Amino acid sequence: MADLTSDFLGIKSPNPFWLASAPPTDKEYNVRRAFEAGWGGVVWKTLGMEGPPVVNVNGPRYGAIWGADRRLLGLNNIELITDRPLEVNLEEMARVKADYPDRALIASIMVPCEEAAWKAILPRVAETGADGIELNFGCPHGMSERGMGSAVGQVPEYIEMVTRWCKQYYDKPVIVKLTPNITDIRKPAAAARNGGADAVSLINTINSITAVDLDQMCPQPTIDGKGSHGGYCGPAVKPIALSMVSEIARAQATHGLPISGIGGVTTWRDAAEFMALGCGNVQVCTAAMTYGFKIVQEMISGLSQWMDEKGYTSTSDFVGMAVPNVTDWQYLNLNHITKARIDQDACIKCGRCYAACEDTSHQAITMSPERVFEVQDDECVACNLCVNVCPVEDCITMETLAPGMVDERTGKVVEEDYANWTTHPNNPMASAAE
Amino acid sequence: MTSKLTDGITAGRLPGEVIGANFADLHPAYDAHEALVAADRCYFCHDAPCMTACPTSIDIPLFIRQIATGTEEAAAKTILEQNILGGMCARVCPTETLCEEVCVREVAEGKPVEIGRLQRFATDSLMAAGVHPFERAETTGKSVAVVGAGPAGLSCAHRLAMLGHDVVIFEARAKSGGLNEFGIAAYKSTDDFAQAEVDWLLKIGGIEIRHGQRLGSEISLQGLGEDFDAVFLGMGLAGVNALGLDEKDGVSAAVDFIAELRQAEDLAALPVGRRVVVVGGGMTAVDAGVQAKLLGAEEVTIVYRRGKEAMAASEFEQDLAAQKGVRIIHNATPVGVEGNGSLSGVRFAYTETQDGKLVTLDEGFTLAADQLFQAIGQKIDGVPDDLSVEGGKITVSATGATSKAGVWAGGDCASGGDDLTVTAVAEGRDAAMDIHARLTGAAG
Ligand SMILES: Cc1cc2nc3c(=O)[nH]c(=O)nc-3n(C[C@H](O)[C@H](O)[C@H](O)COP(=O)(O)OP(=O)(O)OC[C@H]3O[C@@H](n4cnc5c(N)ncnc54)[C@H](O)[C@@H]3O)c2cc1C
Ligand SMILES: Cc1cc2nc3c(=O)[nH]c(=O)nc-3n(C[C@H](O)[C@H](O)[C@H](O)COP(=O)(O)O)c2cc1C
Ligand code: SF4
Repeated sequence: MADLTSDFLGIKSPNPFWLASAPPTDKEYNVRRAFEAGWGGVVWKTLGMEGPPVVNVNGPRYGAIWGADRRLLGLNNIELITDRPLEVNLEEMARVKADYPDRALIASIMVPCEEAAWKAILPRVAETGADGIELNFGCPHGMSERGMGSAVGQVPEYIEMVTRWCKQYYDKPVIVKLTPNITDIRKPAAAARNGGADAVSLINTINSITAVDLDQMCPQPTIDGKGSHGGYCGPAVKPIALSMVSEIARAQATHGLPISGIGGVTTWRDAAEFMALGCGNVQVCTAAMTYGFKIVQEMISGLSQWMDEKGYTSTSDFVGMAVPNVTDWQYLNLNHITKARIDQDACIKCGRCYAACEDTSHQAITMSPERVFEVQDDECVACNLCVNVCPVEDCITMETLAPGMVDERTGKVVEEDYANWTTHPNNPMASAAE
Repeated sequence: MTSKLTDGITAGRLPGEVIGANFADLHPAYDAHEALVAADRCYFCHDAPCMTACPTSIDIPLFIRQIATGTEEAAAKTILEQNILGGMCARVCPTETLCEEVCVREVAEGKPVEIGRLQRFATDSLMAAGVHPFERAETTGKSVAVVGAGPAGLSCAHRLAMLGHDVVIFEARAKSGGLNEFGIAAYKSTDDFAQAEVDWLLKIGGIEIRHGQRLGSEISLQGLGEDFDAVFLGMGLAGVNALGLDEKDGVSAAVDFIAELRQAEDLAALPVGRRVVVVGGGMTAVDAGVQAKLLGAEEVTIVYRRGKEAMAASEFEQDLAAQKGVRIIHNATPVGVEGNGSLSGVRFAYTETQDGKLVTLDEGFTLAADQLFQAIGQKIDGVPDDLSVEGGKITVSATGATSKAGVWAGGDCASGGDDLTVTAVAEGRDAAMDIHARLTGAAG
């Protein structure tokens, strides 16, 4: 069986599945049970300053988006950082780490943007024996109104400054957790690196209102007739997280910076995708909150089965393998020509491809009186919409035209050579092809 | 030419193609898309009721999730770790009274997650890939004798072999599989699955099967005790209860008819009566009745001496019989047979329960019949003298230990548990764990 052992920044864990800083990791009871269930590591629920802890709302904290059969697709929360005293959390962390030396235990921290505050908390965290720290620059609600969380994460200069303090006053790995509520994720990542961060983790939650109660005329979750935006997470955010991860993995300023991938990881496959895009490990919150700690067993068995099938013996074999294939639009091969193909035996004649293409695309599918749907190659632009709306898997596929064949839409012979927009005659900025 | 209407017991009542179609898979295999849709309905319940209801305690939510995430092999492994005959159980378990009965969606919507079919999807995928996902531990140098190559014996043998012991199975018949091979209804185990599963199970290595070895004739418990470090008895119930009616041609045991049917090269060549009567109320009665009907019997009647609610056959099985055109008469018991040499009818008396006791009434009826199958239960055959017996079965502890040191038993021949394939598998496995603990001194 494949070896799932993970080494992230020198922090060893039996598998690359860590629980993200959130309610699942808010106390000793949870974390012990998580470790028993098989989780490789945890990032403890974010710690705040010494003194009276923050308070949470006492009404609902969560809102959700569901599929028709109540499959939870997206979760929204307005919870703050830990509302338990710092001392209690630190004592528990020390106890758990001592009992589970083979698991990763990371302290997540959020204190005000003042050197003294960081200088005060870091030695106390170090005493717990935690394997590293994660700086929570991501929480998009509540804490941000107080100048912390995403309010820091949206200002690269602050990120760099705080990271530098942490590297100065703490000698184990420092991970900077990024907020996705920003236009260009590469800037905060580069700032973290400039400040000396050992890694970045992303994404934290995305500003969101999950629904509006149309009777009360109020956002949900509703607290006494009012609502405020929360942070969105779960399966729905994965595509956003993957894109942000890939940007950091391939940008010159951040290339090679270790990444811990977060956002919608629910199955082994999600994890493998994050890792292929350069994440050394992944963190999970919503999936555990939806299905319980046991979910990690599927992640472990699935990842090892897939690695065995692919012949990967260690996770490092495939981490980052997809990064070289992430490119800019302008470098995509314009000579790669495909056409939609409908498998008439598989077709159930629902007509969705026709409606999609006829109404909203390129009128490239015909419909006969017998409900036979056929692609017209002279109109098909290969947009793939019919494939995506077809309810039958693999009924419509895209066929690549081999060089030498004629693209009936343009009347041109398919060329063998790669050619992209940068050299295309229609591009006013085109550089002459060599 | 023979037809439905030909009197007597004869072959070829239906064209071969019709018989072929009649005996097709009762619960056909899912294709990949159907499996995903079915898996999607599972809620991944906490401390899932289905798991508790399964006699082998398969982690059902986990294996269904593994199917949902496209890793059928991992799913199969989850199943087989608990139940090495998970493939057969997926086909034959009365899921309507086990896992699926307690599925929260059955309780809430009357429509359970189809656990049995999902289990089949996973195990079939793995077997089709020719994968045997277990390896033997380093050899322990210990050897164990297993009597009977049915579900209990095979399950025990596999677990012992996996733990590093050497196993010899002594089987009376010429073929392995027990009732998987000779008893289960043909439409539940198509395409010679029982044999394929045994072959696959033996890939673990370390198991030798010796056929034609009957405990009580070729071998003795004492002999096995001398030659092996431990003995497991999984002989099932080889004896048949008889009704005590006069002997006539056309009267036989339902299990013999079924065994013959299961071994038939060509079902169209298998003789069956025009009017068939089955006496009994369990799975065997239903299977004999339904299969007689599927072979082309014109009229098939199951007669049971108590009421519908007392029938051992599940609601699903009873409905299946009705759906195939088998009539079930309750509260009647056979009192005599008619016919000159060959059977021509069976006389019944009505029964009634009075003060909890079954009473035979004077009034009755006669059913015309050229074939009568007795399906009123099997019994243990030839228990070695020195073993204690209760309720006609070998007395065992929770882990299968008998009254005699060094001898374990499980499956139908042992006390406790329902007479089901899955129960036999569970008992064989648990006995193996106990034997292992004794042999390696790991017992607490
Ligand atoms: C007609 C019929 C239909 C059934 N349908 C179902 C069903 O749909 N679902 C379900 O879950 N269960 C069903 N059952 C019950 C199920 O088949 C049994 O519970 C199960 O097979 C018991 O397994 P076992 O290993 O204890 O015994 P068996 O399967 O009976 O195996 C015992 C083995 O021991 C051998 N043997 C017997 N005596 C000796 C001896 N003296 N020496 C050596 N070997 C010996 C036999 O030849 C046989 O191979 C059915 C039973 C019958 C009879
Ligand atoms: C209720 C809740 C509370 C959270 N609290 C924190 C927190 O205290 N610190 C933090 O860094 N992230 C927090 N997060 C964000 C998660 O750690 C994670 O980044 C996010 O949920 C995306 O991952 P997911 O899609 O697996 O849930 C919280 C998320 C939820 C749902
Ligand atoms: S999950 Fe339900 S019961 Fe538990 S704290 Fe939240 S609201 Fe209360």
